[in-house]
Amino acid sequence: MKNETEVKALKTVPKEKAFYFFTSIGNYTGESASSLKEFMEKINEVNVKSLEFHLYRGDFEKWINEILEDGELAAEVRQLQKTNLTGEALRHQLYETISRRVKNLMCHISSYET
Amino acid sequence: MKVKGNNFSLDSTDIKILEILQEDARQTYTTIGKRLGIAHSTVYDRIKRMEKYGVIKKYTTLIDAEKAGVKTITAIMTIIADPKESEHVAEKLCKMPQITEVYTSLSEELQIIAKVTAESQETLHEFIATAVAPLPGVLRIRTSIVTKKFKETQPLIINDPKKVNTNREPK
Repeated sequence: MKNETEVKALKTVPKEKAFYFFTSIGNYTGESASSLKEFMEKINEVNVKSLEFHLYRGDFEKWINEILEDGELAAEVRQLQKTNLTGEALRHQLYETISRRVKNLMCHISSYET
Repeated sequence: MKVKGNNFSLDSTDIKILEILQEDARQTYTTIGKRLGIAHSTVYDRIKRMEKYGVIKKYTTLIDAEKAGVKTITAIMTIIADPKESEHVAEKLCKMPQITEVYTSLSEELQIIAKVTAESQETLHEFIATAVAPLPGVLRIRTSIVTKKFKETQPLIINDPKKVNTNREPK
């Protein structure tokens, strides 16, 4: 049986609960993510200003915690705020954090299946 | 000036009545009549007819929100939309109470321009992120927050006698 937490964290959410990337108040980039995997991919694609905007407003951790219900990852993302990273360094670190979590979740799910 | 969809025209007197009402819609028929040198009953008949044919849509109140103590911010949203979905997007925006005006415009891409009011920048962003961005067909959004209002009035009808059809059609 699959672990409920991991399944929730990797679920695809409906459009109205997706994450919408903005670069500033009201300025939508046209990019959105409906799952953690898609979110991970978009981190490498969106304008880095969008990552700075959302990280320091706490939007990423809020979405991960409230919509994907992954408190552990939300806490890791919250820690990134303290680094004061910006630009490509922030993109790299955020991608590392999310991709590591995705890999872990996938591993857990595979281990339950075997 | 022919009234769209109806078989009658506005003459220069009708236009003048409309302009006076736009200054202050609470003026009496007698006051308007005196200003134009016509009988109050004529003013009454013309106003009733313009109401009947929808030329006068309604009488409303312009509120100075700042003086009323209501703290709001106004923003202009420019939405780049998929042309196939733009009508639906515009219709859905019209149903949202936070949005007070909606227009479509065609430049390089099809755009929907909408005026939004919100309590704060945070509620504005929350509204756009949760209610506007997820609408099917919305491709991108640019938002400008109004920092100072210099003028806000209803558009006046241009009273150009050359453009006005004074040959009224019989009732």
